[in-house]
Amino acid sequence: MATIADDLRPLHHPKTWIGRYVWSQDHKVIAIQYGVTAIGVGLFALVLSFLMRLQLGFPGRFDFIQPENYLQFVTMHGMIMVVYLLTALLLGGFGNYLIPLMIGARDMVFPFVNMLSYWFYLLSVIVLFAGLFVPGGPTGGGWTLYPPQTITGGTPGASWGILMMMASLGIFVIAFTMGGLNYVTTVLQARTRGMTLMRMPCSVWGIFVASIMGLLAFPALFVAAIMTILDSVVGTSFFVPEIVSMGEKTGHTGGSPILFQHLFWFFGHPEVYIVALPAFGIVSDLISVHARKNLFGYRMMVWAIVIIGGLSFFVWAHHMYVSGMNPYFGFFFATSTLVIAIPTAIKVYNWLLTLWRGDIHLRVPMLFAIAFLFTFIHGGLTGLFLGNVSVDVPLSDTFFVVGHFHMVMGVSPVLVVFGAIYHWYPKITGRMWDERLARLHFWITFLGTYAIFLPMHYLGMLGVPRRYYALGDTVFIPDSVHYANMGITIAAGLVFAAQGLFFYNMIWSLFRGPRADPNPWGAASLEWQTPDTPPHHGNWGERLPTVYRWAYDYSVPGAARDFIPQNEPPPAQNPAGGPQA
Amino acid sequence: MEHREVTRPSVSAAEPGGVPQGLRDLAGDWAADQEVFRHVHWGKAMIWIFLLSDTFIFSSFLVSYMTMRASVTVPWPNPSEVFALTIAGQSIPLILIAIMTFVLISSSGTMAMAVNFGYRRNRRVTAALMLATALLGATFVSMQAFEWSKLIHEGVRPWGNPWGAAQFGACFFMITGFHGLHVSGGVIILVTVAIKVLRGHYDVSGDYSAVEIAGLYWHFVDLVWVFIFAFFYLW
Repeated sequence: MATIADDLRPLHHPKTWIGRYVWSQDHKVIAIQYGVTAIGVGLFALVLSFLMRLQLGFPGRFDFIQPENYLQFVTMHGMIMVVYLLTALLLGGFGNYLIPLMIGARDMVFPFVNMLSYWFYLLSVIVLFAGLFVPGGPTGGGWTLYPPQTITGGTPGASWGILMMMASLGIFVIAFTMGGLNYVTTVLQARTRGMTLMRMPCSVWGIFVASIMGLLAFPALFVAAIMTILDSVVGTSFFVPEIVSMGEKTGHTGGSPILFQHLFWFFGHPEVYIVALPAFGIVSDLISVHARKNLFGYRMMVWAIVIIGGLSFFVWAHHMYVSGMNPYFGFFFATSTLVIAIPTAIKVYNWLLTLWRGDIHLRVPMLFAIAFLFTFIHGGLTGLFLGNVSVDVPLSDTFFVVGHFHMVMGVSPVLVVFGAIYHWYPKITGRMWDERLARLHFWITFLGTYAIFLPMHYLGMLGVPRRYYALGDTVFIPDSVHYANMGITIAAGLVFAAQGLFFYNMIWSLFRGPRADPNPWGAASLEWQTPDTPPHHGNWGERLPTVYRWAYDYSVPGAARDFIPQNEPPPAQNPAGGPQA
Repeated sequence: MEHREVTRPSVSAAEPGGVPQGLRDLAGDWAADQEVFRHVHWGKAMIWIFLLSDTFIFSSFLVSYMTMRASVTVPWPNPSEVFALTIAGQSIPLILIAIMTFVLISSSGTMAMAVNFGYRRNRRVTAALMLATALLGATFVSMQAFEWSKLIHEGVRPWGNPWGAAQFGACFFMITGFHGLHVSGGVIILVTVAIKVLRGHYDVSGDYSAVEIAGLYWHFVDLVWVFIFAFFYLW
C-alpha cells in the first residue's frame, strides 16, 4: 500500500447511484459537493452584503434591516465568506479536485475520511444556519467574535447565537482536519512516478502549504471556541473579566479578553493566507498557461509560498494594535508583517515577468488572473498602511480597513475562483461555457469591485467608522460620504446582478454548452492529460501516467507544439527534454 | 526571440552567492523522490500529521492556562495542597497524580511491546499487550474520575473554588477533561484494534500497521500528559 504504482486495490467501487453521487468517496464528486455547497452559502452571504449596502447607501429608505439586526448581518456575511465559502471552496473544492489529478493519483489516500470531511462540513453549515432560527437570532459579535461583548447581554445572539456559531466552527475545524490530513498526505506520499515535489504545479503547492497551515492554525480557533462556550454556558471566566452588564455584575472574574484575541488571530491571520495561497498557486498556473510561457522563477515561487506560510504564523498581533496589548508587541509584529511583503513581492514580480513578452491569450480565465494582479497589488499596498502601528491606529475600525481586506482577501481570491472555475470547467463538466456571457460577467465584476471598494478607502481616510447602521448627521462626515455610499451601493447592485450571468452561464452550459476539447487551453499539467473528459472514477484508466518534466513547458524552442505535456517522454537524443537528475 | 535555454528547476551545484549546498541537498532529498517518507504507510504518515495538529490544540490550551495563571490578580491555589491525599492520617502531596502518571507511562511500555509483537505476527501476545494497555488507560481515567469527584466534593467548580483564582477550576477541568477524552478515545481504539488482531484481520491484509498507528496515538497522549503534569501539578 505504500506504493501507488498501478495498483487498483485501494479504490472502492460504488455500485449504486447513491454510492456514486451522494455518499461518494470519489475525490471529484466530493470536490463538486464541497464547491456547490460553498457557493450556495456564499450566495446567501452575498445577499446579506447587498442588503447591508442598501442600508448604508440609502439609510431610511429600505427596511430590510432593523438597527438591532445590522451587526448580525455583518457577522454572518463575514464569517460565511471567509470560512464557509473561501476556505471550503479553495481547499475542499479545488484542493479535492485538483490534487489527485495534478499529481497523478487515482484518489486521495483516504477516500472514506475525505467523504466524512464533506459531511462534517455540511453539518457545520446546517448548524450555522440553524443559528439563524434560535431565540435571539445569530450572533452579532462581528466575525472576530470578541468576548466579552459576544456573550454579554446587549449584543444580538449573546445567549444562543454565539453557541451555534462556535459549535458550527468547531465542527468545521473537525471537517477541515479530516480533509487537510488527506490533502497533505496525498501530496507527500501518493505522487505518480516522476512527479517530484519540484515538478508539481503551483496550484498544488499553494493548496498543500495552505492545508498544512490550516492544520496548525485551526486548533487555536477550536480552543477559543471551546473556551467561549464554557464561558457562556458553564460560567467560567477565561475571557470575561469582572464587568457590569445591564447594571448587574455578570459573576465573571479575572478573565482576559486579550487572550481570546490572541487565540483568534493566531488562527485568523494564517487563515488569510490559507485563502490566499491556493489563489496564488492557481493564478500562477492560469497566467503561465494563457501567456504560453513558463512560469518565471518557479523555484522562487514555490519557496515564496512556503516562506509566506511560515511567516504568517508570526504576524497575528498586527490585528490587535488597538486592543490594549503591550505596545512593545507592535514593533515586533509590524516588523514581521513588513517582512512578509518580500516573498509576496517576489510572487507579484514573477507573475508580471511571466506575462512579460508572453504570447498572451486574453481568454476569460486569463482576464480574471490579470484582474487578480490589480486587486491584489492594490490590497497589498494598503496593507502596508495598516501594518504600521502609527498609521494603523487612526485607520483602524474605519472603512479603510473594510476596503483593504475586501480588496486583498475578499475580491482577489474570488476573482481567482472565477478564473479557476472558467479554466477547469471544461475538464470538470466536459462542456464549454458561453464566451460572451463570461466576458460580460468579468468586466462588470472587475470594474464593479473597483467602484465598490476604492471609494471605501476614501471614506476610511475621512474617519467613517465600520459596522455602523447609519451615519446620521455627524459633524465630521461631509456630504461627499453620503454620495460615495450611494455610488458604492449602486455598483454593488450591478455586481450582484452580474453574478446572475455567471450562474446562468454555468448551469446553461452544463446542459447545452458545446462539447469541450479534452485540453482546450493547451495546458501541460497532468489534469488535462486524462484519458477521459470528465475524468472517470480512478482518473487514469489502466495505467498511471509517468511524469518526465515540470508543468510549465510552454513555447519550448524546437518542440512540435507550443506546449509539452508533463507525461510526454523525452525524445531519446534530446537531453534538454529529459527528466532532471 | 533567439534561441534560449529551456528553464527548468535543477538540483545542480550552487551558483556563487546562492543557497548553501547543504540546504539545496536537503531540499533535493525531500523533493526528488516519489514519496517524501519512503515506504512509510499512508496511515502512519497521516497520524503523524494529525498528532502535529493535535499538538497545537494542547499547546493552545496550555498556553492559555499559563497566561491565565500569570495574569490573575488573586492567588493561585497551591497544587501541593490541593492535589494531596490524606493516607493514614498523613497528607501526602501529589501521591494520586504520581500513581496516575506511573500507570500511564507504564501503558506506553506495554504499547511499545505490542507494536513489536505485532510486526512479528504474534497475534495472541499483541492482543494481550494491547488489552493490557487499554486496561492501564482505563485505570488512569478511573483515577482521574476519582480525583475530579474529590475536588468537586471539596468545592472546586469551573467558576470558582475555596482557595483562590476562579480560573484554577476552569483550566483544570477543561484541560484534564480534554486529555481524559483523548485517553478514553484511545482505549476504544486500542480495544477495537486488539479485537481485530485476535480475529486475524491483519493477517489477511498482511499489514500490522494499524497496531503501530494506534500506538503512535497512544504515546502522544502519554507525552501530552507529561506536559500537563509538569505545568499543572509541579508548577
